[in-house]
Amino acid sequence: MSNLFTAEQLIQFSYWITAILFIMGLKRMSSPVTARSGILWAGAGMVVATAVTFLTPGMGNFGLIALAILLGSVIAAWSGKRVAMTDMPQMIALYNGMGGGAAAAIAAVELYKLGDPAHAGATHDTAVLALAVIGGLIGAVSFSGSLIAFAKLQGLINKSLRFGGQQIVNLLLLAAAVVLGAMIAFGIDQSAATITTFFAIALVLGLTMTLPIGGADMPVVISLYNALTGLAVSFEGFVLGNSAMIIAGMVVGAAGTLLTQLMAKAMNRSLGNVLFSGFGDTGGEAQGTVTGAMKPIEASDVGVMMAFAQKVIVVPGYGMAVAQAQHKVWELCQLLIERGVTVKFAIHPVAGRMPGHMNVLLAEAGVPYDIIADLDEINAEFETCDVALIIGANDVVNPVARTDKSSPIYGMPILNADKSKNVIVVKRGKGAGFSGIENALFYLDNTRMLYADGQRAAIDLIGAVKAVG
Amino acid sequence: MEGMIALYIFMLAAFVGYEVIARVPVILHTPLMSGSNFVHGIVLVGAMVALGNATTTLEQVIGFAGVLLAAGNAVGGYVVTERMLEMFKSTGGGGKKGMH
Repeated sequence: MSNLFTAEQLIQFSYWITAILFIMGLKRMSSPVTARSGILWAGAGMVVATAVTFLTPGMGNFGLIALAILLGSVIAAWSGKRVAMTDMPQMIALYNGMGGGAAAAIAAVELYKLGDPAHAGATHDTAVLALAVIGGLIGAVSFSGSLIAFAKLQGLINKSLRFGGQQIVNLLLLAAAVVLGAMIAFGIDQSAATITTFFAIALVLGLTMTLPIGGADMPVVISLYNALTGLAVSFEGFVLGNSAMIIAGMVVGAAGTLLTQLMAKAMNRSLGNVLFSGFGDTGGEAQGTVTGAMKPIEASDVGVMMAFAQKVIVVPGYGMAVAQAQHKVWELCQLLIERGVTVKFAIHPVAGRMPGHMNVLLAEAGVPYDIIADLDEINAEFETCDVALIIGANDVVNPVARTDKSSPIYGMPILNADKSKNVIVVKRGKGAGFSGIENALFYLDNTRMLYADGQRAAIDLIGAVKAVG
Repeated sequence: MEGMIALYIFMLAAFVGYEVIARVPVILHTPLMSGSNFVHGIVLVGAMVALGNATTTLEQVIGFAGVLLAAGNAVGGYVVTERMLEMFKSTGGGGKKGMH
């Protein structure tokens, strides 16, 4: 081997294989049928790249490298295996932040070398330094910003810190970082103090950018930081002359940007809105009077209704997952399917904490993905549906989004559950929902309220359907 | 690396990233974000090179932190993505043989 290939050639060839495995892996991950194998392909690519990197000529510190990999892997594997599916969004934020931090660390090491006599003479050209600086800035912002996103979704930070002139402060911080970065890149001032100040400002910018954003908008922010980390990795790859990093980072940067747009669209928010306004957790004021009364119903009656229905559509919300009711709900649906009832799940794009999150939670309970439909597929079907079972969802089925221009949720695409022949709403009490907006659906003539905790209601309904025989 | 060639690689990789996920269904948004998060864990190889060439204590400390964070990104990203995708099954193939 050794006389056919130099170590350098072997490394470059392996990175090329890795790039192919990553792209094929991502491609496979974009279809439910092949998704599982996609992550295996990408994983294989990562193993190949990591292994050959140990052969890089002239490298030292092997003990430190092995120790750092071991520590990082053990902590991440341990935390990743035990995190609950409901907490998945913040875990992704945390791992993403780590990647951003690593990209910033690479930039820091390369930049500090400029003032280090041991590396004197090894001057980089301006383009390389500029990309090192930009990648470092983006990576550091993504690092501290992702940590804030994690802390918010984990419930460690509850308030959204806002003060007057916040945008101006952010702009000033960005300007300061750009000026310092330019001084480093053009060789005006490459002292350790300047470099340290540059990274400190970048880290603070990540904090002040993310702190004002409300919890409901956090998924879009996490996705954005994911794309930014990809860019940072790509730029640092250019600095190191590492083709695997350049390609993989840029692929993620582009895919992540598209994904961020798709998510923002699904949530009826523009990216600018998310970053520069504070809607996310303020919600609307309770307003608009709704006439009529909420009409209660017993589980036994609902059981009969569903058992003899032709088609039942379940509309789950995050409340169902919090009550850990998805397993019981699926058990109920299986009973109905055995009786010949057509059962479907209707998922609103913002069900759960980010687009697709509810699908993961249902998949965890064993619900096959082909009976789960998204908004566009299912909305026409509500008219032919005998029973719509709303469990843990509220704003996403509120018809005022279609009709009442004064409502804060006006214009948001909703699931047209109100069009079905019977609507059963499982709800713990009579209060208004998470956003404080009255739900007109609850007062319709074809709606009945089943007052119970999600878990309790599902158990009662299973009993009721079984009692029908 | 030659500057212009790198520019072409940046551009082509960006198009690939865009095209590869252009028609992804909403149900896969969360796992796909997690999967792409794993892919930028490739920063690990750069962090290894940075630490491998570090000489001063400061460089070693930052390099060590970089490798540790990058390994966390790669391994954590893989574990959670795999856990999520493992659960996606269709009506046809239940159980462990469900996916292929």
